[in-house]
Amino acid sequence: MVRAISISTRRALAALFALVALFSLCLTSLAFADALDDAFNKLFADKFSQTEQAIAGIATAAPPHGAEILNALGDGRLYLDPLNKRVIYKTTAGDALDAKTGAKVDGVEGLKKVRVNNGVRRALEAAVGALSVGNADPQKRIRAAHDLFNNPNPKALAVVDAQLAKEGDASAKAALEQARAAIVASTPDASAADATRAIAALTARGDEAAKNYINAISAKYKDLAIAGAAQSAVAAIDRSLLIWSLAQNGWYGISAASVLLLAAIGLAITFGVMGVINMAHGEMVMLGAYATYVVQMIVPPSMANWSVVLALPIAFLVSAAAGVVIERSVIRYLYTRPLETLLATWGVSLILQQAVRTLFGASNRQVYSPPFLSGAFHLGGLEITQNRLWIILLSGAVFAMLLFVLRATSFGLQMRAVTQNRRMASAMGISTVRVDMLAFALGSGVAGIAGVALSQIDNVSPNLGQGYIIDSFMVVVFGGVGNLWGAALGALTLGLANKILEPIIGAVQGQIVLLVFIILFIQKRPRGLFAQKGRAVES
Amino acid sequence: MAISETTLKDVMLMLIDEQNKKGGLLGKKLEPVVVDPASNWPLFAEKAKELIVKDKVAAVFGCWTSVSRKSVLPVFKEYNSILFYPVQYEGEESERNVFYTGAAPNQQAIPAVDYLMSEDGGAVKRWVLEGTDYVYPRTTNKILEAYLKAKGVKPEDIMINYTPFGFSDWQTEVTKIKAFGSAGKKTAVVSTINGDANVPFYKELGNQGIKATDIPVVAFSVGEEELAGLDAKPLVGHLAAWNYFESIDTPANKKFIEEWHAFTKKPSRTTNDPMEAHYIGFNMWVKAVEKAGTTDPDKVIDAMIGVGVPNLTGGIATMMPNHHITKPVYIGEIQGNGQFNVVWQTPGTVPGDAWSDYLPGSKDLISDWRKPMSCGNFNVKTGKCGG
Repeated sequence: MVRAISISTRRALAALFALVALFSLCLTSLAFADALDDAFNKLFADKFSQTEQAIAGIATAAPPHGAEILNALGDGRLYLDPLNKRVIYKTTAGDALDAKTGAKVDGVEGLKKVRVNNGVRRALEAAVGALSVGNADPQKRIRAAHDLFNNPNPKALAVVDAQLAKEGDASAKAALEQARAAIVASTPDASAADATRAIAALTARGDEAAKNYINAISAKYKDLAIAGAAQSAVAAIDRSLLIWSLAQNGWYGISAASVLLLAAIGLAITFGVMGVINMAHGEMVMLGAYATYVVQMIVPPSMANWSVVLALPIAFLVSAAAGVVIERSVIRYLYTRPLETLLATWGVSLILQQAVRTLFGASNRQVYSPPFLSGAFHLGGLEITQNRLWIILLSGAVFAMLLFVLRATSFGLQMRAVTQNRRMASAMGISTVRVDMLAFALGSGVAGIAGVALSQIDNVSPNLGQGYIIDSFMVVVFGGVGNLWGAALGALTLGLANKILEPIIGAVQGQIVLLVFIILFIQKRPRGLFAQKGRAVES
Repeated sequence: MAISETTLKDVMLMLIDEQNKKGGLLGKKLEPVVVDPASNWPLFAEKAKELIVKDKVAAVFGCWTSVSRKSVLPVFKEYNSILFYPVQYEGEESERNVFYTGAAPNQQAIPAVDYLMSEDGGAVKRWVLEGTDYVYPRTTNKILEAYLKAKGVKPEDIMINYTPFGFSDWQTEVTKIKAFGSAGKKTAVVSTINGDANVPFYKELGNQGIKATDIPVVAFSVGEEELAGLDAKPLVGHLAAWNYFESIDTPANKKFIEEWHAFTKKPSRTTNDPMEAHYIGFNMWVKAVEKAGTTDPDKVIDAMIGVGVPNLTGGIATMMPNHHITKPVYIGEIQGNGQFNVVWQTPGTVPGDAWSDYLPGSKDLISDWRKPMSCGNFNVKTGKCGG
């Protein structure tokens, strides 16, 4: 009897437990639904501040599709249905789903998008960061950690700690540790141990943002040890930042030099070899940029990423052909009259600009930048933008190739012969007419290649070339007419000088100082850095 | 003619064409005369004289940049004709022969800064004023600097920077902005960078990974036309302040865009703020001529003040006694498709202020071209006309 009772009591107890458990489950899911409903209701207010609160609400409620809903909001794929009080999001695949239930609905026609501004985007970064700290993809975890670092949220400390405890990826671990440090810096009552740990993580990061967080930490604690650690950390960061910023300026100088060299090296050939002051040189560059645009328009979409590479030979041919036409039709009649050549090529440059304007319209054309030409990566404390890196490499390659053509081919030999003494070369049986034509084609073609590079950093517009013609002449005259090494050294000097002066005295004054320097330099050495020597030059 | 001016010429041809289809003005057909001074400042004056003296035009709609406007001013005064200037400018001017249909600084720059200082705009505390080195950015930045200081911004939280025209290597400048913006206070860039320098500037911003959520850039010279040559995706969230955006959804704007596409036969051509300024200016002139019953400059100039015409965004533009007009101010964020999404607007229209209240030399000046004052720079302290 007694046993029977006890069994039934146990059963009753178990049932009761089950009931309580079920009830509490219902309660939490009810509470969860309430929090989510609350958050969704805020969206209907159509105010940015309310939307920001809604985002925080969705992040705390953390429904199963939370990250997708927030991403949809950021991409403008979240819609409001005020009639049925429903929030609907479109997946990247294009399906329309009810944000609360996850059920499929009939589309979003006629519904209002949730409006987004920068404040909303910031709130999103913080919320998505907290939600995807535990993502299976380490790259996503690192991004989440970066977002948290920029928008630290004290509530996210628990998730970060949980992920840190089991994190296997080294770079994700470092990023999370930095995010944790940022959170600690923004929490009013973090422990001293946390503060010390945060300072160590921030010192390892070592940039301006890290410095600010360290300052924020040291302002909060009276503890001498922490203050001391913070102080030496800031000093160490300042030292390394200074060194890196010098290196960064050096890199910018090289990058500026590579653009100058690309634009000028074609001129070094036409001006140097043939003594033709070609004012239409800039327009050869412009034609190269437009050739890039045309190639991009005609390649199949699967090749889109390679259209820039494909454009290199085509731009060379287009500009070279244009060069030959100009040489044959205008310049060859004016070889002995430099002033007339200057005026005639100036006219040609205006004709070319207007022709392109008529053909393509006056608006800038958009040249697509493939992934390998956009964005930047870090090399220590250096930030290296991909497009500039490739332009430097291209510039070096073009220079090496021209050097090879001049030194190791028979055409190069003939060209050098004509440069040194036109009449003697002609007497030795070299067809100077042919050499002139080919040299002009080569110089123009190289300008076309420069156009491909410039399409990645500048406007593709009819007046693209005008911005580079003065700089190009400056490089060639400074470096010494008719010398490729002179052009390279001239470009490097001017590029570096420009980029060293710019942070000190500003871009406008820097340019003025540079121009004054060149005027003085030319007074002293009228033939530039590498003057040609010999009797032929004197005549 | 560069891109912006070509668009304005086309919109004038369209407006004149439409007016003629409606039967012209005072029973006569309007006849357009187009001249191109090719961005050559002295040539502007020469061409203006040619228009007034040789072609005997009733009014001139044109100029681009303050330099060009300043160069034609003496011509318009001497030959007593009318100029409508449709571009936003630095203010500090009010001439009897000129009607300013573009924004004065208080109709563009100051509201933009106000928005960024607000909670919605990100409560910005630190400012970079980045501009091209000429009169409009220099004056606008002077006004903004005084305004920011009046609002309690410390001098060390303001960085002013200028670059030459057509500047294309923005690496150092963008790094400088990034360093300035990482001092722990919310930072924004106010850009008065002109025309062609903008594309490389925004490309560099995108490549160096400066997002609008980190350091927003608000521009006063970047519109739909300028974004056409850019991949706008890395720029989403950067801002522009204008009195008109193509994306503003009103019946008048819809009709205008449709007519524009039909007239140019190009369904992809964008519309922009200075175009709306010409639309307003032209309609005002038509109304004033109808009111005066003549195209005689003196009578039209008097009839212009107080004329109100609908703008394209659902409001009314009225010509003020200082020859500036009332305009709504919109702040738009760049979208991935190169259009703008309006995130803030003034509750009503803002009257253009010729003389800034934030510059020591001009805060006592007012302008009123009605009789008996008839003065563009009346000093309220000394009670004299002439500054």
